[in-house]
Amino acid sequence: MKVIRNYLAELLKMQKREDGREPFQCREVSIETGVIARSPGSARVKIGDTEVLVGVKLDVGEPFPDTPNEGVLIINAELIPLASPDFETGPPKPEAIELARVTDRGIREGHAIDVEKLCIKKGEKVWMVNIDVYPMNDDGNLIDASALGAIAALKTAVFPKYDESADKVEYKEFTKTKLPVKALPIMTTFGKLAGSLFLDPTHREEKAFDSRLSISTLDDGTVCAMQKGGFGTFTKDEVLQIMGLAIQKSKELRKLLK
Amino acid sequence: MGGIGAPEKLIVKGKRLDGRAFDELRPIQIKAGVVKNADGSAIIVQGETKIIAAVYGPREVFPKHFQEADRAHLNCVYDMAAFSTPERARPGPSRRSVEISKVIRDALAPAVFLEKYPKTAIDVYIEVTNANAGTRVAAICAASVALADAGIEMRDLVTAVASGKADGQLLLDLFELEDNYGEADMPLAIMPQTGEITLLQMDGEVSQDEAAKLIEMSMQACQKIYELQKKALREKYLAEGAATGEASE
Amino acid sequence: MADKLFVKDHDVVIPGEELAEGLDYLPAGKAFRDGDKIFASTIGLASVKGRVIKIIPLAGKYMPRRGDVVIGEVTGIGHSGWMLDVNSPYPADLNIGEASSEYIDLNKTDMTYYFDIGDYVLCEVINISEGKFIKLTAKYRPYRKLKGGNIIEVSPTKIPRIIGKAGSMIALMKDATGCEITVGQNGLVWISGQADKQAVVARVIKFIEREAHKQGLTDKVKEMLRGK
Repeated sequence: MKVIRNYLAELLKMQKREDGREPFQCREVSIETGVIARSPGSARVKIGDTEVLVGVKLDVGEPFPDTPNEGVLIINAELIPLASPDFETGPPKPEAIELARVTDRGIREGHAIDVEKLCIKKGEKVWMVNIDVYPMNDDGNLIDASALGAIAALKTAVFPKYDESADKVEYKEFTKTKLPVKALPIMTTFGKLAGSLFLDPTHREEKAFDSRLSISTLDDGTVCAMQKGGFGTFTKDEVLQIMGLAIQKSKELRKLLK
Repeated sequence: MGGIGAPEKLIVKGKRLDGRAFDELRPIQIKAGVVKNADGSAIIVQGETKIIAAVYGPREVFPKHFQEADRAHLNCVYDMAAFSTPERARPGPSRRSVEISKVIRDALAPAVFLEKYPKTAIDVYIEVTNANAGTRVAAICAASVALADAGIEMRDLVTAVASGKADGQLLLDLFELEDNYGEADMPLAIMPQTGEITLLQMDGEVSQDEAAKLIEMSMQACQKIYELQKKALREKYLAEGAATGEASE
Repeated sequence: MADKLFVKDHDVVIPGEELAEGLDYLPAGKAFRDGDKIFASTIGLASVKGRVIKIIPLAGKYMPRRGDVVIGEVTGIGHSGWMLDVNSPYPADLNIGEASSEYIDLNKTDMTYYFDIGDYVLCEVINISEGKFIKLTAKYRPYRKLKGGNIIEVSPTKIPRIIGKAGSMIALMKDATGCEITVGQNGLVWISGQADKQAVVARVIKFIEREAHKQGLTDKVKEMLRGK
């Protein structure tokens, strides 16, 4: 890894990447929605060779006692060994839990869903929104792919039929009513390698870099979630520079959601 | 389940509810080489059932005590994505998925020259992304294409299909309603060149004669699926192969 | 009973596919005999030379053979040698006596002077033991530590295409970029030169690996090399 690290560092000093990108250029991104027949809201996101499948499931349950009139949002990520030789079977590792929680933070703190509109009967019944993230191929930057997949799946999701008197969800029957999505938070992740900053790290860049910073922002420039990872550090100026770039880069990605 | 639960009849005017003839397969598509990180992979779409299989290996065995001195350790993991079923499926292994993983391994193992790869692991990972009956048999079809795509030495591919009985009729390739409310379900896998059976399960009730007919019907259908498996592999390698020949001369 | 042949040169075959019938034909490469029939054991390319039917594999991980020239990454240092990862399922070691043509006195020399963790070494497989341990040597030229540069991984079955006829593809890349390129049979390729030129070579090699079947490959490679 030290050989590859030195090579990538040298390239970045020349403002270059090994795949021909510029430091702050994202790989090609594609979003498809409605890809899982069983799910009332789903998306497949590709960022370069990274691919993530996201599916929404809705259920009816009890609200939390401290938020009796709000629906419940649950985000889970499974780093299945199908997607990478680095993933193992077994209970979720810290990486999977971090991925789920960072994705969750962007959606939740960006107020992507109007959770009050998910209330069916205050204190008793609310919609529970499960978002499951499954990477199908990891070539780096799963965080941005998951976050984009989650918001794309939510944006297109509809409620299943619910019979209130029988308290029964018909999971196979989808209504035409869309989920109350009111904001589109977008996550962008930056790496730092030997002092150079860059956007959208590949798997090889992730293995070599010192640290990463992921920032979720809204269209109006509001910053709604951040996560630093890796053993390295960032200076204050670097963080401010990344924040500005995150706001700018997320606007381009948001356009893909239409 | 009530609501839109059991239909009154599964056969109406001599046709199945999805319009198929009794011995007709659902539309099947197979594609090889869909997971870039894997050494071999394939996707199968059979009606609404959608499954991806990826093979890693031969590689180092982990954990080490699974290592076998004279052959590869074949490891299969069948998993259903949380969003693949009508009600959310809890992630992680269940008793059902562990059993299915085992019977899939037992179905594939006879076809693989495990003895060519001593002290290694061949890992087969199967993810059901959308389930509508027949997932274990579709998984076997995809997994055997993925093994071949990984360049692993094999005696033959493995091809599988389920058949069963509903409304007194013997039916090929059950879909969900027939699977849930029919009288019997019988998944079967064979090595298509020899016709040797590598997986056989059944639940429900059939006569000895009906069982024989189901086996025959499934084996014939396997030959059709086998053609699709071969086509998927050829499509990926055909043009590529011609070029290799040129360069290696 | 007459012997029958079911394939011709350059046919793509699938595991289990029947290639020939009759005891006069001989299986080679990834072809095997079962009774009086011959089958393919991997996805591969048929080559028929007289009575010999050979299957050249089109996919598969690197499995070591004696005499292979490989690139390994040093992953550990022991009492009497180095452990290397040669991109195979089996562990490989380079004994101190195989590391250099000169005598290494362990009392006077730190082993990392020769090879340190993370270094890449070009070496040769001298033996694979019964227990599947790979023995390597780096004693003679051109075997050596590969200093600096970049390492990429390609499918070992695609190496002939990357090298090209009589090394033509490698020569093309070297001439256009001034980079040094060393190919290991285990699928690792080492590229050394100016960093941005290395990146161009790596992209071209990945392109060859991916698109070798397309028409006019050499022209496309030339175009890519001119572009940068």
